[in-house]
Amino acid sequence: MNILYDERVDGPLPAVDKPALLAALREALPDLQILHRSEDLKPYECDGLSAYRTLPLLVVLPERMEQVQTLLRLCHQRGVPVVARGAGTGLSGGALPLSQGILLVMARFTRILEVNPQGRFARVQPGVRNLAISQAAAPHGLYYAPDPSSQIACTIGGNVAENAGGVHCLKYGLTVHNLLKVEILTIKGERLVLGSDSLDSPGFDLLALFTGSEGMLGIVTEVTVKLLPRPQVARVLLASFDSVEDAGGAVAEIIGAGIIPAGLEMMDNLAIRAAEDFIHAGYPLDAAAILLCELDGVEADVQDDCARVDAVLRKAGAREVRLACDEAERVRFWAGRKNAFPAVGRISPDYYCMDGTIPRRELPRVLKGINELSGQYGLRVANVFHAGDGNLHPLILFDANLPGELERAEAIGGQILELCVAVGGSITGEHGVGREKINQMCAQFNSDEITMFHAVKAAFDPRGLLNPGKNIPTLQRCAEFGALHVQHGQLPFPDLERF
Amino acid sequence: MDRDLGQDLLEQVNQALNRRIPLRIQGGNSKAMLGRPVTGQVIDTRGHRGIVGYDPTELVLTARAGTPLREVEATLHEAGQMLACEPPHLGPEATLGGMVAAGLSGPRRPWAGSVRDYVLGTRLITGHGKLLRFGGEVMKNVAGYDVSRLMAGSFGCLGLLTEVSLKVLPQPRQCLGLRLEMNAQQALAELVEWGRQALPISAACHDGETLHLRLEGGEGSVRSARERLGGEAIDTGFWQDLREQRLAFFAAPATLWRLSLPIACGALELPGQQLIDWGGAQRWLKSDAPASAIRALAAEAGGHATAYAPGDDSSAPLDPLTLRYHQALKHQLDPQGVFNPGRLYAHL
Repeated sequence: MNILYDERVDGPLPAVDKPALLAALREALPDLQILHRSEDLKPYECDGLSAYRTLPLLVVLPERMEQVQTLLRLCHQRGVPVVARGAGTGLSGGALPLSQGILLVMARFTRILEVNPQGRFARVQPGVRNLAISQAAAPHGLYYAPDPSSQIACTIGGNVAENAGGVHCLKYGLTVHNLLKVEILTIKGERLVLGSDSLDSPGFDLLALFTGSEGMLGIVTEVTVKLLPRPQVARVLLASFDSVEDAGGAVAEIIGAGIIPAGLEMMDNLAIRAAEDFIHAGYPLDAAAILLCELDGVEADVQDDCARVDAVLRKAGAREVRLACDEAERVRFWAGRKNAFPAVGRISPDYYCMDGTIPRRELPRVLKGINELSGQYGLRVANVFHAGDGNLHPLILFDANLPGELERAEAIGGQILELCVAVGGSITGEHGVGREKINQMCAQFNSDEITMFHAVKAAFDPRGLLNPGKNIPTLQRCAEFGALHVQHGQLPFPDLERF
Repeated sequence: MDRDLGQDLLEQVNQALNRRIPLRIQGGNSKAMLGRPVTGQVIDTRGHRGIVGYDPTELVLTARAGTPLREVEATLHEAGQMLACEPPHLGPEATLGGMVAAGLSGPRRPWAGSVRDYVLGTRLITGHGKLLRFGGEVMKNVAGYDVSRLMAGSFGCLGLLTEVSLKVLPQPRQCLGLRLEMNAQQALAELVEWGRQALPISAACHDGETLHLRLEGGEGSVRSARERLGGEAIDTGFWQDLREQRLAFFAAPATLWRLSLPIACGALELPGQQLIDWGGAQRWLKSDAPASAIRALAAEAGGHATAYAPGDDSSAPLDPLTLRYHQALKHQLDPQGVFNPGRLYAHL
């Protein structure tokens, strides 16, 4: 099933008269930059999920919030769909444009409004880059914890919309755990404040509801994030294993020993070889799996924990454990992991990155399942795993120029996600549903649950103008997807218990 | 003892929906002093109880909503783990569902996070009479809207929780209570400074004369912090007494107020006796001053105030726009207004 917007199953979109809309926008917002020629729209036709492209009707690049407010009011009046976009680094097509909708680019709102070291918060505009917050807080010894791998480019507004994660989530949480307050504009252009300057606020926790809502409920206009004191020290251990089962077992043993590492990452052999070839991080090429375990905090504790983890790893069957001897080596160990995606990009013309989560104990079973699917579809799969929090990133290697390979990559990707759901996990840990996993939502949620999601949406955007077609599938789409799936008379993975 | 009464609860809700009778959701009734009184047929969750899944190496516990909170905590304790948000019981019968619905967190909250931060998934009965599941048992999950975390602190107004999955954490290896003699102003200033450093503080309370600090972490960090901060060791039971409102302060006759404030807002002149908690971000106030006066003071300082006394004026009011969207959400999720109508606000 194609994932581009399909009015037949995703619902009709309003017919928008482009010249009339453009004229109305120019009249209402004479100083707003509007792109409307196809050559100008082209750079905005996709986000980080570049396999899928749609030329937007118009692109607007506001620089003042009043412009956003006026724009939204106008879109609401005229019934024009609005898709918000930050830096466009999202990996699930959450900012994939609509041919009948406006793409609202928030990337020019780049002001850091306040860094408050006493209150340990920073108040920023939505287009501020994730890393820029930590850089602004650094002189005070503070930082913003969530660190998605795109942190150099991705914006905080997008992070809120996607509830972005990173490699340090197990200890420091996701975006939702690191926010104090978010201001949004509703589709009607009303300014709504979620959360507060204190640690809680009266009424329902709308801040939690909006975080990760993928631009479906409102447009983020200001974000107040919590800042944390930078840990005194961080050390990283690199352990090699002869089997992924042993590596998975070691993860459970570390957690079982009462240690919460700042980061705990696993890579399988294909990912190791790709990364080593690219970065020369010093990874053992013949290991079936490696674990990177970072411990941070106060010097004395970190030293103790390193010794504890070292013992646990050896007992769990690690054939080698190395402690990065200095900061340079620590950075090198991490560089291999952090560049795993581009590294895989070097050994294959294209790759497709998945984002399922699973209970950690299911890792051997899921990796075995992925391996089988890989053989079945004739596509290689490299596995990179946020092992601490059960977030698996299988990278499917394919060549889009070979007929049928993209379709096969999509098909195996979908099956991997359904496998994650079947073992009690989720189709997305941190990249979001967007457009990419819209079909797999039907595997994770039943029609009543999907209906509940539509009810939430209706409370804030009853006409469905904000980012139509993303995040929550229509029941029609699920019906069609379901029919496709059981056509051979059985569900996928019939041997697995259903949760 | 463990029983799955999910279908039974579902039937009760469907009967109420059919007969258009509002329900008053009740677990241990330990948080009845919060919110507005609800008129409705009592639906008791306590029969639906039992831990249905707990694997310490996954850091996840799943239990039915009627499970006594003490049972959950005892199970975790045995495995060397804990609910890091330190939820107050406020009564021997407190249930897990009530803990999530009330969303109250204990002294560790500013450092470790709130109840909602640890909610991973829920099963709930909706206002459309369906038993549904949201979120799950994994740490990271961004599929669909975060309905589970929305339930935390919603006081049962959006649905009936039947099961909750929570992230749990290992207990710290070391825990040490300290008392330091200093006035409130000085304590708040020190706390702001300490907050910017990597100190293993996990609770801070000032009673008007003395600052009580709790240090938690590894042996090394706790020892070095202790050496640096000085002070006198205290019994760690203090924090339980604070959490459960058993300190002498709470026994005074006036109304108990909770002020939630920005962490660095400094000392406040308040009309009554106060106890500083959460390193300054939460102030307990015993006062008979008018609610409007207390709310104005809290708002001026950048926060809000909640009365721990049932009544129309218990929760801090919402601005009209926020209230309108609360009502829209309530109307969508509970169109008949069957769940705890008016518990948080009138007409909600």
